[in-house]
Amino acid sequence: MNPDVASPTRLISEKQFYTYGHPPDKVILESGAQLGPVTIAYETWGTLSEERDNVILVAHAFSGDSHAAGFYPDDPEDAKPGWWDSLIGPGKGLDTEHYFVICANILGGCMGTTGPASINPETNQPYGLDFPMMTIGDIVDTQKALLDHLQIDTLHAVIGGSVGGMQVLEWCVRYPHMVKAAIPVATTMRHSALAIAFNEVARQAIMADPQWKKGAYYDSTPPDLGLAVARMVGHVTYLSDEAMRRKFGRKLQNKDEFSFGFDVDFQVESYLRYQGNKFVKRFDANSLLYITKASDYFDMIDRSAEKKSLRDLDHAYTRFLVISYTSDWLYPTYQAKEIVQTLKRTGQNVSFCEIEADCGHDAFLIPDQRLSDIVGGFLKRAERSDGHEI
Amino acid sequence: MRFDLQVISSRIDPGSTLLDLGCGNGDLLDWLARHKQVKGSGIEQDKDKAAHCISRGLSVLQGDMLEEMEDYPDKSFDYVILSQTLQQVYEPARLLYSLSRIGRRFIVSFPNFSHWVIRTELLLKGQAPKSQELPYNWYDSPNIRVITLKDFRKFAADVGYQIVEEIAIKTGPRNKTGKVIKFFRNFRASYGIFIIEKS
Repeated sequence: MNPDVASPTRLISEKQFYTYGHPPDKVILESGAQLGPVTIAYETWGTLSEERDNVILVAHAFSGDSHAAGFYPDDPEDAKPGWWDSLIGPGKGLDTEHYFVICANILGGCMGTTGPASINPETNQPYGLDFPMMTIGDIVDTQKALLDHLQIDTLHAVIGGSVGGMQVLEWCVRYPHMVKAAIPVATTMRHSALAIAFNEVARQAIMADPQWKKGAYYDSTPPDLGLAVARMVGHVTYLSDEAMRRKFGRKLQNKDEFSFGFDVDFQVESYLRYQGNKFVKRFDANSLLYITKASDYFDMIDRSAEKKSLRDLDHAYTRFLVISYTSDWLYPTYQAKEIVQTLKRTGQNVSFCEIEADCGHDAFLIPDQRLSDIVGGFLKRAERSDGHEI
Repeated sequence: MRFDLQVISSRIDPGSTLLDLGCGNGDLLDWLARHKQVKGSGIEQDKDKAAHCISRGLSVLQGDMLEEMEDYPDKSFDYVILSQTLQQVYEPARLLYSLSRIGRRFIVSFPNFSHWVIRTELLLKGQAPKSQELPYNWYDSPNIRVITLKDFRKFAADVGYQIVEEIAIKTGPRNKTGKVIKFFRNFRASYGIFIIEKS
């Protein structure tokens, strides 16, 4: 989106918190483990309608947070807006003139919602590895608890990319009656071996860092080196061969000749180191371990008998819009098509579009008018046909 | 809307379910949704056209029609529509079988190769005919199938498709007007529209 035409009034958001599951009424997770109290950090944009029926839930990706759009009141002039600001705001795809948009930080994260860095009330120490392993389903249940608290019982839409897309699918099987429209973007029904492999390399990088100390590093130097390497690996999977060729090629960083050593020579090396170092300032290593593992466990198809899968949707409650990107090799288009196939086989109302983009998996986060148009048009239709759906 | 699509729309029962193959910019789906409360879906290969359809609020899948049709259960739709595409399909028999499987009825329209202009061109010039409906040269034409109304009737009889209605029309490829031909159809019609059930 052209920054020159950005709306003159800055969309302001404020991080809010909701805490529930106080002992002894702790939250019971999918694994059977108990956790409590649970705090959820969330932000909202737009105005909730009197009927409380104009809600759009935005589910963020693994390293995202609740700050999906706008600015905080105390942000400096040159601050960057939230991560999906190109999509959320007045007149944008998720039009805050019409919709009440909510984004909550995911369980296990480190941006305000309870995670491994939070204080365990039983020990008054950070949980570390005592934090119970949570699932994408548990994340969705915390979002449901937040909506209950806000007295919202219907979602005009739920939308999210990557691990956020997994939450979208999970919403549709856990609470199908609540979801009128679902937009999973650049995501998958289950991780491929390739995706698990990269996550495992990232986890091993952290766990091999002596500063990690089996997760109990909160009173000492954190495993920044391991976390930075983990981010470097992740970042490569978010780009594409094309994007890297275009952006870096074999260009050298601030030099004309090789150093014949292990300092930074290539621009791509410099970029990855920069991304890695930037990431450690805002992210907790243990959160990365938990969230990557939760996304590896996620499987919309092969589930235990008592859990519904995407194949078990027996009524067309929800309209689906599945979106993939041509150069995404982390969750390639064939995986989006698997979602579409599964939905078609159970008679769901589903639209699908592959967007031409050369920036890889990251494409969904890059401002793109096409995404805004597709999502905006799709949501308007959901509005028009309200009450007429089966 | 194109004349052949107008004729097709007039045959669709209000409130029915429908799949439009190669739905382009979604004009037919949009018209049917607005005027006949049809619950329509479309399949379109072209990414930009599919995106356009979705942003105007239509349910559309971007992809290859043969592949996409495979995933639908039998009789998923009241109607499946294939307009002005059959002549470009590599495996028409397989495609039509898919249509008959997922639709209770299907509607096919195609340019009629036995129209008198085409006949006389081949007869008098001795060259592969070009017409308003089929404007390409032999070497660059996407229209790889030569179909006449008569051929299609024979095909339908051979494979057991019951023709519920045959509408022969005279119109141009993008014309909004045209007329229905009642006599000497195979000779005078530029397009044929067949409404079919599997017997």
